[in-house]
Amino acid sequence: MPQVPGMLKGLGVTFGTMVNTIKNGSNTVQYPHVKEDPAPRARGVIALHEENCTSCMLCARECPDWCIYIEGHKTLAPPRRAGGKPRSVNKLDRFDIDYSLCMYCGICVEVCPFEALFWTPEYEYSEEKIADLLHDKSRLGKWMETVPDFESYESGAEVKGKKVPR
Amino acid sequence: MIGQPYLIDVDWGDLVQAVITAVISFAVLLVSVMLMVWFERKVVSRLQNRIGPNQAGPFGLLQTLFDGTKLFFKEDLIPAEADRFVFKLAPYLALVPAFLMFTIIPVAGDFSNGHDGSVMVGGEKMFFQVIDPPVGILFFLAMSALGVYGIMLAGWSSGSKYPLIGSVRASAQVISYEAALGLALASVLLVTGTLSTNGIVQAQSGGFTSWALVTTGFVPFVIFVIAGTAELNRPPFDLVEAEQEIVGGFHTEYSSIRFALFFLAEFMNVVTMSAIFVTLFLGGPAPAWDFPWIDLPLPGALMGFIWFFGKLLIFLFMFVWFRATLPRLRYDQLMDLGWKVLIPLALGWLLVLAGIRVAQDNNIGLADTAFGDTLIILVIGLAGLAAGAGLLAAAIKNARNEASAVALPTSGIVGMED
Repeated sequence: MPQVPGMLKGLGVTFGTMVNTIKNGSNTVQYPHVKEDPAPRARGVIALHEENCTSCMLCARECPDWCIYIEGHKTLAPPRRAGGKPRSVNKLDRFDIDYSLCMYCGICVEVCPFEALFWTPEYEYSEEKIADLLHDKSRLGKWMETVPDFESYESGAEVKGKKVPR
Repeated sequence: MIGQPYLIDVDWGDLVQAVITAVISFAVLLVSVMLMVWFERKVVSRLQNRIGPNQAGPFGLLQTLFDGTKLFFKEDLIPAEADRFVFKLAPYLALVPAFLMFTIIPVAGDFSNGHDGSVMVGGEKMFFQVIDPPVGILFFLAMSALGVYGIMLAGWSSGSKYPLIGSVRASAQVISYEAALGLALASVLLVTGTLSTNGIVQAQSGGFTSWALVTTGFVPFVIFVIAGTAELNRPPFDLVEAEQEIVGGFHTEYSSIRFALFFLAEFMNVVTMSAIFVTLFLGGPAPAWDFPWIDLPLPGALMGFIWFFGKLLIFLFMFVWFRATLPRLRYDQLMDLGWKVLIPLALGWLLVLAGIRVAQDNNIGLADTAFGDTLIILVIGLAGLAAGAGLLAAAIKNARNEASAVALPTSGIVGMED
């Protein structure tokens, strides 16, 4: 019976786990009573920094689930320097993410060239009606408050770490 | 005998006493099953670093009660292909033997100061077991074998393939392990010299060294525990209801209260089998040692129950521990373990024990003292056992070589020679 030592070892492992559980408590988080502490880069919900968005539609097109809806119109913004020509810019009319479709892949955050989309670790936004999971731009903008600072690169890195626009 | 008047010589006091003890033991067993389910879930969760049921009642104690209530209100389905009568009968066939097996267990008893385990109730000598038939332990074997009928018929009558596979596995498994179970049991009977469970307990009431665990030399105990676990279809021998392979095994098609009855029977069997372990090998309610320095102000019968319960807990924990740790055996491993290891070992050990008994009872005169006789017989017996094991291993190896020689022709597949 060559399996016997392995079986005894396994019994020892589970017994050790039991002793550990009784001594230190289990890893289970009793969620409604105790809030879970998300990991530093947890993907909870996506926040939108509206000022940075140019409605370039890259995120909406890359989205595998087609859950981002963008509408905008061209408008004139004041010139950067005095005496210059007024600039033509895109103004956002609508930026919605439908979280009932979203699969939290994060491609939109990766693809955004203007630093307008950010991950936040917030996870408590369940709704009773599925239609309420469609977050509009003001609601997506409110999530910006919960975006954590980027972790700084290790010392000696050639690239400077980015800052979250606030 | 037609026309003979009945109910003439009935001792009504005995009858009432029998009914009351039966009802009480049934109620106690049901409650203990409820607690056993809770205990299993709680301990398994500890073994897996979880919390387990903790919402219903204090420490989640009422969880089983709520689960049972929920099952009562579920829809009761009978498949169209099912044999309706047998399908309805099967859960009861599983439950009734599970309960009947418990009736022969002595659960308490006064063993202090050399008492024989009986207590005086209303001037009558009483033992703490529902019945004490002279065939005692054979009754247990019969009932544990009958219990498989419930599982077998449930699978057969469901008219579905997964339950059928489960029931075929159940019958093959129980038949294979019943032999090892019986042979390990025979060693205990050989040492204690009685079939009655009460007698077996009394034979072991002389403290730790008189337990069958020690007097039969530990090996039958291990065999009995393994075979008993297989008999219960508990992990790691739960091929009968292997979820990963055959959905739910025999109870795939069962729902509602019929499923609850199977569940109840299964856990009742766990409690009962643990009690059988305790009775056969650990002396039942008899204490392991006397406490001359502690004089507890408890009646002796209660002390007996505490001893019994403590020993029972060890085995209940063992079952849960096995479940949380050991992976399920493959079917061929199951058969290998049963037929090639447990049965030969149990048989050989029984013969060695019998030889020692003969040496003790008769003066053979191989050595000067009876102890020397025993020692010589033991050495000869163990040598015989080792020789038998070697022969068996050689036979298995030879058979395997021959089988592989037949199964794998060297010429290869036809048309692939070049």
